[in-house]
Amino acid sequence: MKKLTVPFLFILYSLSLHAQAPDGKEIMRRIDQNMSSDNRFFTSKMIIHSVRSSRTLESRTWTRGKENSFTEYLFPVREEGTKMLKLGDQLWIYSPSTDRTLQITGHMLRQAVMGSDMSYEDLMEDSKLLNHYNAELTGSEKVGEHDCWVVELTAFDPGVTYQGKKLWVDKDRYIPLKEELFAKSGTLLKRTELSDITNIDGRWYPKKIVFKDMLQDGEGTEFIIGEIRFNIDIPDYVFSKGNLKK
Amino acid sequence: MIRFLLKGLIRDRHRSLLPIIVTAVGVMLTIVFHSWLTGVLGDSIEYNARFSSGHVKAMTPAYHNNMQQMPNDLAILGAGQTMDSLRELFPFMDWVERIHFAGLIDVPDENGETVIQGNALGLGIDLLSPQSLEAERLNLEQSLRTGDLPKQPGEALMSHEFSVKLGIAPGDLFTLIGSTMYRELAVYNFTLCGTIEFGTTALDRGSVIVDLQDARLALNMEDAAGEILGFNASGYFDQEMTGEVIKDFNSRFYDEENIFSTLMISLRDQNNMGTFLDYSTKLVGLLLVIFITAMSIILWNAGLLGGLRRYGEFGMRLAIGEEKNHVYVTMIYESLIIGILGSVTGVFLGMIIAFYLQKNGIDLGIMMKNASIMIPSVFHARITAQTWYIGFIPGVFSALIGTMLAGVGIYKRQTARLIKELQA
Repeated sequence: MKKLTVPFLFILYSLSLHAQAPDGKEIMRRIDQNMSSDNRFFTSKMIIHSVRSSRTLESRTWTRGKENSFTEYLFPVREEGTKMLKLGDQLWIYSPSTDRTLQITGHMLRQAVMGSDMSYEDLMEDSKLLNHYNAELTGSEKVGEHDCWVVELTAFDPGVTYQGKKLWVDKDRYIPLKEELFAKSGTLLKRTELSDITNIDGRWYPKKIVFKDMLQDGEGTEFIIGEIRFNIDIPDYVFSKGNLKK
Repeated sequence: MIRFLLKGLIRDRHRSLLPIIVTAVGVMLTIVFHSWLTGVLGDSIEYNARFSSGHVKAMTPAYHNNMQQMPNDLAILGAGQTMDSLRELFPFMDWVERIHFAGLIDVPDENGETVIQGNALGLGIDLLSPQSLEAERLNLEQSLRTGDLPKQPGEALMSHEFSVKLGIAPGDLFTLIGSTMYRELAVYNFTLCGTIEFGTTALDRGSVIVDLQDARLALNMEDAAGEILGFNASGYFDQEMTGEVIKDFNSRFYDEENIFSTLMISLRDQNNMGTFLDYSTKLVGLLLVIFITAMSIILWNAGLLGGLRRYGEFGMRLAIGEEKNHVYVTMIYESLIIGILGSVTGVFLGMIIAFYLQKNGIDLGIMMKNASIMIPSVFHARITAQTWYIGFIPGVFSALIGTMLAGVGIYKRQTARLIKELQA
């Protein structure tokens, strides 16, 4: 009897797990619910740990949907007043020291934003997973103390920066706690760790993300969100080229 | 006896003038050829040294491993302190900081909107310090096509071809877009003050030269330098001396375990210059051996013919009772005097030409128009210690050996045959 009980319980457990497990698409939908919003405003601190030193930058950002984003750098003095505007698939940077507004295109989009582990392409990316990826639930693992779904994403949109993603998604809060971002060739390009998950206006949101560009030396970049507000009214002029020089 | 022989040589021009001229021309050609070959190969090496490698170069080992990529994120930090140490330890060399960078040159219209962009390779050198030799070292004054050298911060030079392509002229503003040493986006405005043409495609395609402090501001490289170059005060690479400097420096500043310590390397260790140096030294040696051998054969032949031509005279002198040994010795003395006079004249004339070529050079720019490697358009001769004796020795001894061989015949002369020759 005892010999039969163990496999039976295992099968029962597996079936119950399968019954509870959402599919990949559902996981992506729930992540998007947490991470995406119609618009938002946040202040942030970026601590860049390069091989030889660490630097801190502070900024404030307004975003509207997946199309528009405006960032103004506040610190350090060298970067103060530098502004970035994303309108659809176009990106401009205003440099106050030269009073020039430059469009970032082509290979420059792959450059690091302010020397961090994030590229301009990362900023340009639409954060809604459902719009670009197919997902497959491949397992379950623990990240720290949290049980996570392991989800592998494959892009159906050839224009997306990362053709593959592997996410460790918190089973309770539906927020990725760890991500691995791959090129089409399968090369691991970036790794991110999301922490300090906070409930804001009924959604879970990571207030700290550590990015690590796997192709660069350095210890990664900490992106720490200070104040964050979702679904607020943002005037149109914020997302205009005229606002860059203001 | 010498005085007697000299009188004979002066009075009988047939015995002296032509041999002296032949010897002098041979020695002169040897000197000019040697100094020219040494100079041409030396110029190519020095050209690379001045623009790229220095006679020695200090950088971080991390920068050294990726030197072709100009990785300013791996630059020497605290470059000022390193410069102070270098000047104190090796005051006999001129030390300069340099920053190489790549970027995009963006030309705006009056509203600040981009009109045209082009890829550029930039060089930050000390252009504004009064004591700096950098402008002279890179021959910037002579390379100016339009405008002037930078006189104040924010001014930049651009290769003429590149400026034409971008449609800008001295006085126009352009923006450098690149990457700082922290891999941030670098955006910096410059005013074009002059355009330059080096005559080398590699440099004329898309070069921008700015003052070191401007490069530092643009690339966020305060007190940093990609490279520190050392130049021998003589202006020429001295392998032995630089070897000592490198050994001493590396024992103090280089740490194998620390990729951000400071490593010094020689010109030989860069851009395959070691192979080029060895090859050029061997090539100069080989060409000189061939040339000097040919010259020696001519001079030896001249001595031989000179001796043979005078067989009748020797016969007469033997017939009137002069000792064979005495005739032979006087003949050798005469040849020695001719050799010395010819060689001194040859050295004098050769050195005048060599000095002229060393100072002024010959512009071969038309032939170098499409050269894609860094070689100069004006080549100079170079006088070394060797130049002074390289022609003199064969000048004296070739003719002497020829005469000695011709003179052997004196000992084979028979008195009976002499009488017959005289009767004829």
